[in-house]
Amino acid sequence: MTLFTKTAITAVLSAGIIATAAFAESHSDKALEDAVKARHAQMQMISYHMGILGGIAKGETPYDSAMVDAAAQNMAALAGMAPASMWLEGSEQGFTEGSRAKTEIWSDAAGFEAQFEKLGAGALAMVGAADAAAVGAGMGAMGAACKACHEAYRGPKN
Amino acid sequence: MKRGIKILLACAVVAAGGAWVLTAPAPEPVLVAQGHTADPANGELIFTAAGCASCHAAPNSQDKTILAGGYAIESPFGTFYAPNISSGPEGIGGWSLPEFYNALRNGVSPYGQHYYPAFPYTAYSGMTELDIADLYAYMRSLPGDSTPLRAHDVGFPFNIRRGIGAWKLLYLKQDAVVSGELNAEMQRGRYLVENMSHCGECHTPRDALGGLDRDQWLKGAPNPSGKGQIPDITPAGLGWSESELVEYFTSGFTPDYDSVGGSMAAVVDNLAKLPASDREAIAAYLLALPAG
Repeated sequence: MTLFTKTAITAVLSAGIIATAAFAESHSDKALEDAVKARHAQMQMISYHMGILGGIAKGETPYDSAMVDAAAQNMAALAGMAPASMWLEGSEQGFTEGSRAKTEIWSDAAGFEAQFEKLGAGALAMVGAADAAAVGAGMGAMGAACKACHEAYRGPKN
Repeated sequence: MKRGIKILLACAVVAAGGAWVLTAPAPEPVLVAQGHTADPANGELIFTAAGCASCHAAPNSQDKTILAGGYAIESPFGTFYAPNISSGPEGIGGWSLPEFYNALRNGVSPYGQHYYPAFPYTAYSGMTELDIADLYAYMRSLPGDSTPLRAHDVGFPFNIRRGIGAWKLLYLKQDAVVSGELNAEMQRGRYLVENMSHCGECHTPRDALGGLDRDQWLKGAPNPSGKGQIPDITPAGLGWSESELVEYFTSGFTPDYDSVGGSMAAVVDNLAKLPASDREAIAAYLLALPAG
């Protein structure tokens, strides 16, 4: 192998490594970590409202139509948040601190977003639920979306 | 040849012969469930409680009764692929009941080969003969599928199946983990947890040889695929009440309205189909585990 060939190979390899590094750095670690925090806040809000509905469904708190409608509408809004600002590529489990996101979120983006749509549709259907039994029935559909999404797109606890 | 060397050689031959005998697949020559009329409805319950479809149904298939196999189980020893166990000839179609019994209880195939313990026969070894007979009847009533076997991706030395014989000497056929005087509900809970739902396979840590560390029973473990942690489900680790456990097994909601996910989602799908008394029995068993 000539010196020229060796130098050329080295140059190509180095350029490749630098390009890869630059790609990985295209979002700073802080931006990715902030996105994870924002998602956790979104999930916290979802479970908070699910808790209000669950308490009513189980009879732990009295039925209150205004509370049911507010919780359901907020759930629909949370499920409808546009994914682009929240689910930054690279903010996955094992790469970004605190994340439990699986890479399938990006490799199967349509499937992932479909689960949020199901949750949103379930929440809108909950608006106007007339009694605790109707709230419980509506929770079944929403819970199925939570479970299906967490089954396919969320990793185990860190 | 010196006399000492001759003796050493003789000892080595005897030891190797002994090891060969001890590690041989050991099916029990049994007449299983003689005179028992199989109850496929109980067989379906056993199938659900034992979580067979979670690994043996084709990945991403909505129909959990087509047991085509193919699900990948990642481990530090390699990747195992769940085989076809449908009622077709590629599955268990040609198996007799004693062969089926030996697969579940002894981890031995009808062809006299050791199964890798990715198939949780260390749990199933405690299944009763009648439940196995009912399960056999139910599974043979399910559809056949012609998906061929996919070879496991396991490197040396773990690809030597005879080594599993030695592994079994260490880890197969142990007593129940929870012992002592148990009431009927606790006995049922123990059967469901230790022998059916095989909770310990993920929730108990393993030693260097891949055997369960029973001193750390259900106290949580690293995820074998590398990322994250399988939770501690003893009372000290989880801190849930009986009704909270039963709610989780039914709807998948945790006490703070997070939801079940990952491979546990399929487990909850199964537990939700069991009678409520079985979910309560599992909760009673978990709550009786030693603290700390």
